This record gives sequence, structure tokens and C-alpha cells, in this order.
Amino acid sequence: MEYIPHTPADIERMLRAVGVEDIEDLFSDIPAEIRGRYEPLGLEPSPEPEVRRELERLAARNRRLVPFVGLGLYDHYIPAVVNELASRSEFYTAYTPYQAEISQGTLTWMFEYQTMICELTGMEVANASMYDGGTALAEAILMARRAVGGDKVLIPRSLNPFHREVVETYCRGAGIGVVEVPYDEEGRLALADVPPGTAALVVQQPNGLGIIEDLRGLKERLGDAFLIVSVYPIALGVLEPPGSFGADIVVGEGQPLGNPLSFGGPLLGIFATRREYVRMMPGRVSGRTVDAGGKEGYVMTLQTREQHIRRERATSNICTNSALCALRATIYLAALGPEGLRRVALLCLERAHDLAEDIREIPGFELALNGPFFNEFAVRCPDPERTVEKLYRRGFAVAPPKVAERMGLPDAFLVAVTEKRSEAELVGFLETLRG
Amino acid sequence: MGTIYHRGKRGRRATSWPETVRPPEELLAYIPEEARRKGLPWLPEVSQVELVRHYTALSRMNYGVDTGFYPLGSCTMKYNPKLHEELARHPGFADLHPLFPEEAVQGILELLWRLGALLKGIAGMPGITLQPAAGAHGELTGMLLIKRYFEARGELERRKVILLPDSAHGTNPASAAMAGFKVVPIPSNEHGTVDLRALEERLSEEVAGIMLTVPNTLGIFERDILRITEMVHEVGGLCYFDGANLNAFLGRARPGDMGADIFHFNLHKTFSTPHGGGGPGAGPLAVSEPLLPYLPVPRIVKEGDRFRLAYDLPESIGRVHPFFGNVLVMMKALAYILTLGDEGLREVSAGAVLAANYLRVRLRDVYAVPYDGLCKHEFVASTANLGVKARDVAKRLIDYGFHPPTVYFPLIVEEALMVEPTETEPLETLDAFVEAMRRIAAEARENPALLAEAPHKAPVRRLDEVKAAREPVLRENPPVSPG
Amino acid sequence: MVPQDLLYTESHEWVKVEDGTARVGITDYAQKKLGDVVYVELPDVGKKVKRGDVVVTVESVKAAESVYAPLSGEVAEVNRELISSPGIINQDPYGKGWLIVIKLEDRGELEGLLDPAAYGKLVGE
Repeated sequence: MEYIPHTPADIERMLRAVGVEDIEDLFSDIPAEIRGRYEPLGLEPSPEPEVRRELERLAARNRRLVPFVGLGLYDHYIPAVVNELASRSEFYTAYTPYQAEISQGTLTWMFEYQTMICELTGMEVANASMYDGGTALAEAILMARRAVGGDKVLIPRSLNPFHREVVETYCRGAGIGVVEVPYDEEGRLALADVPPGTAALVVQQPNGLGIIEDLRGLKERLGDAFLIVSVYPIALGVLEPPGSFGADIVVGEGQPLGNPLSFGGPLLGIFATRREYVRMMPGRVSGRTVDAGGKEGYVMTLQTREQHIRRERATSNICTNSALCALRATIYLAALGPEGLRRVALLCLERAHDLAEDIREIPGFELALNGPFFNEFAVRCPDPERTVEKLYRRGFAVAPPKVAERMGLPDAFLVAVTEKRSEAELVGFLETLRG
Repeated sequence: MGTIYHRGKRGRRATSWPETVRPPEELLAYIPEEARRKGLPWLPEVSQVELVRHYTALSRMNYGVDTGFYPLGSCTMKYNPKLHEELARHPGFADLHPLFPEEAVQGILELLWRLGALLKGIAGMPGITLQPAAGAHGELTGMLLIKRYFEARGELERRKVILLPDSAHGTNPASAAMAGFKVVPIPSNEHGTVDLRALEERLSEEVAGIMLTVPNTLGIFERDILRITEMVHEVGGLCYFDGANLNAFLGRARPGDMGADIFHFNLHKTFSTPHGGGGPGAGPLAVSEPLLPYLPVPRIVKEGDRFRLAYDLPESIGRVHPFFGNVLVMMKALAYILTLGDEGLREVSAGAVLAANYLRVRLRDVYAVPYDGLCKHEFVASTANLGVKARDVAKRLIDYGFHPPTVYFPLIVEEALMVEPTETEPLETLDAFVEAMRRIAAEARENPALLAEAPHKAPVRRLDEVKAAREPVLRENPPVSPG
Repeated sequence: MVPQDLLYTESHEWVKVEDGTARVGITDYAQKKLGDVVYVELPDVGKKVKRGDVVVTVESVKAAESVYAPLSGEVAEVNRELISSPGIINQDPYGKGWLIVIKLEDRGELEGLLDPAAYGKLVGE
């Protein structure tokens, strides 16, 4: 076994030191009855070339469609420098930075990441990551209830349905009721009233149907209840950050920041809040301090919030997070800088609107909603199922009609366009719709 | 060293992007005025070479498994095979969107289905979900399954209690509490295992279940495991096994044969996927027959040689992850299992347990080992007998080029050092570690200040955690622009 | 040395009875055991507490310890200075490091507290 370096002589020496005859004696404390019932998998060991061949066979059994699909995960261009730097094994083979003196690399980038997330979202503090945008949103709702009490949360009908399902699972477990908020004909949130016992209102920006929400005045209408905004971080290159509208917590799916689609995992949960709530926040945080010689350095701090100290009274059970994805996001944002981020966002805006314009001119095709959008929009046409099938056959993927339907929009499919979509792909996509 | 914000200069850039066709103002007009971003976020402005040097320099201030020995107890810091990293970049995996149609992703569905089948075999249990993104996420999922199970039986009102040994990892009580259960601790006996009498006293029809770590956090296998699970089942409770320590019996024993109803895997521990500086991991969950109807959806179903997603569980707890869990982590775990085969799985536990026992016997004449005896993949030593702090020994180990063991855990051992060597370390490394530990014990007697001020050779000296917590500085602040 | 003019609990709180009210803090033993205090979570003034309720949480870097109400009553005062300078608890646990003042409900509960000799014995002094 290439991963186990013990030679027969090594094993012999260790057994002798331990004072047992043979390896099996080391397992004598596991009841024989249990060991006796063990059934092998019937699997022969495989050398590296064969394992590679098998995994490459599985990879080849997938068809790489051109993604015109989003719903939280977007196909943005990842600069080579991100892949290269995040592949340094001093980063990826390290554990959580509990031993700060030999983890300054991780702790420093965590601090950078927290800064960048605060800047993007307009918030005061950010944690070092959650698993994904869906669980980050669920945890935000739990935090809101800790902070203000209440027994229900207001969820937009236009919320990303995959996030919504996660939220519903968590809320059922925690005894929080989910109340749906409809949207108007433009696709924008139509909040009528805030029922008593509301812990939080969730708003997604842009929402699950791609529409840009008007965040003005929402916080004022909530009273003590939290305003939680779920964001698409790339869109924040051109959208006013939720912090400007009094958001109490901002969460989001961070995959678009330098992480591949990866069939939906691993992802990156963004989580930021206001400073006064930092002690209620879940997840790890890096803080700046000094060493014994007065030199600047970083440590994990405010750990008394976390499960390893506060146990059943912790702010969350989260331990392992999405560190490596957050590192990629950090390098990505540093590689883009403010101008690069704005450019990527503008390119998304331009290509999506150009494509939407062209689609609208196809007879029978229209945009299902006429509200403002960033780079994702719902298309209505006579036979959306067949149209989507036709796109698949030509190598293009959009979100199937059932996704929009789950947000209350029948007979439509969602299209997302990033800066990565080439002229040829855009033309091919249009021609398929026309043909 | 400063952060990336201390590098670069206004106007520098590390990447280039195409121009938009139309001027920005025209494009921004698509966004209603009130939603349009007024200023740009404060992000670094660096050239590509500065970017590369910064993160290369940061990486060199880190210690990973590729740097050296990492005997961090309960974390299973084994070697991370390089084949896996290369495969994870394969566009046939990395560039797939989870909303691609089933027909386009047969390979990845096959991969997930196969991993699921193998994990069920390893656990000896009939059901699996791959969705949980980490061990703690698996625990929460397990707690929600237990809740659902009792809800379906109309017993939720009275099943309020989760029993937990006092040696449990902190995620266990936190996960139980998140699902709304009350945590009742069970003390350990003089062998460091569950005190059966104490368990008996706490068992009642209020008990929803027990959470056990097998072997426990002292590295000791619960000899009475069959009796324990039987007792819990007798009062109608369910048995949750935390699988963080699976490396101890991989390929030799199955949780399903021990009476487990739920078992979570930590793919980032037992199955060699890297820890990534804190994540991502993956925490698949195997379950027993009675819990099958409640598993998260979708399930991956095999029909002939085709694979599809099934949403056919009306009693399901729902999704715990937006899509299918940490798929790229699972890909690495599958590659690892295929490499090992049955024989390799057994070699892993053999090597891990042998190395742990070897270190235990070679250190116990110098360091106290409060629960001395055959251990599994790890053991807990104590520095209390030397009159020094576990923390000081840990920091001094850094000077000898080793990552310290886990300190101050489990809570039931004073000045604890929890040592888990894993199976991937050469004997010479284990011997060098023993040598360092013995020298440190000598230093503790002769020159305790050397320990108290350690590390001396790390990029920074000991950091002021009190200052960090009293006056939290959690981000860089933008410079105030002149004028 | 355990101050002689105070009463104590087994969970290491001290109590100073001042006409109808009781000033409460944690003992020197408790602060040493905890280490440098970095954060104190205080209750709102006016909160009603029962003897044995968790009324304050005192945190070090690696622990979050509950402080239990030694007596029932209403929280009449909290030491707001601790919010910005929690280290006072380490420097002067029996003086400036007090935590809260409780308006007593039942003086009979004082019977249940430890006298200085008994507490001294408990902490081995």
C-alpha cells in the first residue's frame, strides 16, 4: 500500500514494543461476536493507473453542457492564479488553525476574507465561512430567533427553492414557522404586513427569479425583527450592499467567487452581521493581536461562542466549514480588485440583457416578469419543456421549468448569463431557440 | 507580515477582463437607481506577482500534513493522496452544474451511488445519505431523523432526552440542542467507558437516543457496546454513533453489527480527503431500517445501468444541503476506497492502531497515561505528572518540527494530550516524535521557562489571545482618504 | 484569604448583604480558575431571578462560566464598567469587580449560604 509505509520489520518491532503477538491481538477489545459478523466489500485493491482510469471513465460519462443555469451557482471564469495558489498543499493539508503559531497563513487569509466579505456586503463583521448559502441562511434564521425571539420567519415565494428546502428542514427541527411572502407582477417582494412573533424577514438579492429587489424601508417596517438578506456576491459589484439598507445579517452562496461548480459541492456559505451581534454569530472568526514580542499576528477568537467550549449552549454546532473555498474566494477577490469585480458584474449585466433582448424578439417568446434583473431571467414560451429539451440536445443547460414553477411561476424557464459565455455560445443558444 | 491590503498600489491589477461593448453608465441604467452601488468595495489592488508572492509567503507560515507529522487526536490527519487532487480538477467533475439534466450527469450519479453502496457496506447498514457537508452537519441530520422517527410514532412529546457520555466531542451536545433535545450526560467509569449503572439510571421512555463516539475520545473501545445499544433499544431509544474514530476499526467491524441506528462518516478523516485548513469535509450518514423513510431527498436510484434522482420519500426530513453534498470530497473518498480494497481497509486500521499503541507504550514511562491499556487509533496522555501545562509541551513540540497533539480534550483528563499518529507515518517519524517528547519532558524539569516561552522557531511567538478577545479586531479598515 | 465580611456559595459566588439588597460577585478562587476574563454578559436591570438561575456569564478565552443567582429577587444594579473593562474581575474580584446587586425577596435564603470559614474550607484555605 503506497499510503502506509510500515514494512514487515517495522510492524514486528512495533508489535514487540507493544507486547502483543500479532495485529489481530490489537483488536481483542472489540467483541468477537461483532468482528465475526464483518462482511468484506468484495473489493480488490487497485493500483493508481487503474483508479485513475476508473475515475476518468466516470468523468467521461458526464456531458459538459454549456451552463446557462444559475440558482445560486454560476459559471464564472476562474483566473489561473486562483487554482495555482489554492493548490499549495500547506494550505489544503492543514487542519483548523488551533495552533496559531504555525497557522498564520490560514489565520491571515481568514482575516482578509472577513474584510472582503464585510466590504462586499456593507456589514461590520463576517465569519470565516459556513457550508453553503442554504445552510448559512438557515443558521441566520436561528440566530435571529436567538436575538429577538419570535416563532416565525417570513420567506419570499421567490426564494431560491433549494435554499428554501434547507431552511424548511432546519425550521421544522427548530420549531420555527415559515410564512410565505408573495411577489408583485414585476417579480418584486410584496410585503403586506409583519405578523406578531416574526423573528426575521428574508430577502434574496437578486431573488430566485433573478429580479432585483427594492430593499428600501424594509428594516423600518420590521421593528425588532431581523432583516436577513441573501446575496449573489458578484452582483454586489454593481448592487448597493444590504448593509446600506439596515440588514442585520447578510448571507449568500460564495461559490461564484473563484470556486468551480463541482456538481453543487463543496460550496461556500457567506455570513456577515452587525458588530453588536458578533457574539451570537455562528462559525469561526480570526482576530488580530500581537505575539509575546509585540509582533502582529492572528488567532481564532471569540471561541466561547463555539461548540467545543459552550457545547449545548453554543451558537451553532458548526465545526468543519468551507475554509478552502473561502481561501479561493479571497484570492479571487484580491485578483480582481474593485475594478475587476465591477467589470465582471458589468459584463454579466451586458451579456444577460443583450440575450434577453434577442430572446424577446423571437415570436412567442417573452420575459415572464418585467422587473429589473442582473444576469438571470425567466423566459416564457409556448412549450417550455420541449424548448429546454431542445437546448439540452444542442449542449446548452438552463434551469428546467419545474424550478421556476416552485417559485410560483408556471410555464417558464430560468436563464443565467455570466461573463464567461462566449459570442459563439450566445449565438448558438439563440439559434436553438429560434430554430 | 501584513495582509494583502498592505501590498500593491492604487490602479494595479492581477487579472485582465474583456471590455464591455457599451459604456458602464448605460449598463448601470438597467439597475434601478436606489439599488445601484454608489462606491466600489475596498478590495486589494495588486499585480499578479505580488498576489502570488503574498499567498506563497502565507502558505509557508502554515503547517500541513505535507509539512510534517500531525498527531492531532480525533482529527485523523493522515496523508492526502495527490491523485485525488488531480482528479478533482477534471472538468468532467468540476464543471458540472447540479441542475444539469440527469442524462448529462450519469457518471457523477454513478460515482455517488457507488460511494453510497460502499459506505453502506462499511457501516453494515441499509440506508445512506451523502448530503451532510461535515461531521457536525451529519449529527444534526441524525438528530432530525430521530425527531422525525418519534414524530411518526406519536412519541415526540415525551422523547426529549439525548444521552451523551461526558467524554463527547462538543459538536454532539450542540447538534442535539439545535434539534431541540435536552442533553443529559453520562459519567465515565474508571476504565474511561460508559458507566452502565449510570446509564441504567438515566434510561426511561423520555430518552430519544444516545450519542456515542466509538471508540470513545480516549481511544478506548466500549467493550459493553452491545449491552449499551441493547439497553437503549429496550426503552425504545435510538443509537447514534459519531464516526470520527472509524479509522480504529475500518474493515474489521461494522457499526450496524454493534447496534447503531445512525452512523456518520467523516470522509475528511477516515477517507483521506484533505482538511483544507478547516474544511470542506463531508459527513455522509448511514442509517438502520426503521429510519429509511425519513432520509433526506433526493435519493440516487440505480435502474439497470442508469441512475436517477428519486423524490419518493413523503416522510423525508427534507433537504439538509441545497444539492447533493460535497461531491468533490466524495469523489476523493471513492478513489481512496477503490485504491485500498478490502485488504487496504484492514491495513489502515491495523497501521493506525499499531502506531497509536506503539507511541503509548514508548511514552508512558515519562508522561502519565490515565487510562492505560490497549487503545485503538489514539490515546490520551497527560502532563500533570510533570507539573507542566499540556499547552507548554504542545508549543515546545513546534520547535522540534512537529504539529502538537490535541490539547485539553477530552475534558475528563487534566492537562490532556490526545495523540493520533494515523497509519501513514514511517516508524522513523514515530521514533523521532518519541525522542522529542522525551527531551521535552527532560526540559520540563531542567528548564521549564524554555517550554513556557515556546515556540521559539515558529513564524510568530505565542499570541495574546486575551487581547484578541477583549478588543476584537476582525477586519482591516480602509484608510481614511486624504481630504 | 477569604474575606470575613461576606457570605459564599458552593459555586464560588460571594454575597454582601447591604440592607434589603445583596451585592454579588465571583470569588478570588473562581477568577483564578477561570483566568483572564475577556467578556461579561450581564442581565437587564429589573430582571426577576430565582436562586440558582444563571444570571451572569463570565468568559475567558477558553471557557464560558455561568454565575448562579445566590438569592432570589430582582436585579437592581449591574456593574456596567465590566463591559469595557472585564479584567477588573481579575484585579479586584471582591471590590470593583462586583457583578450585580439583587433586591432580596426572601431573607430566609441567606441561611443557605456558606460562612467564610466553610467557604475557606471548601477551597482549601
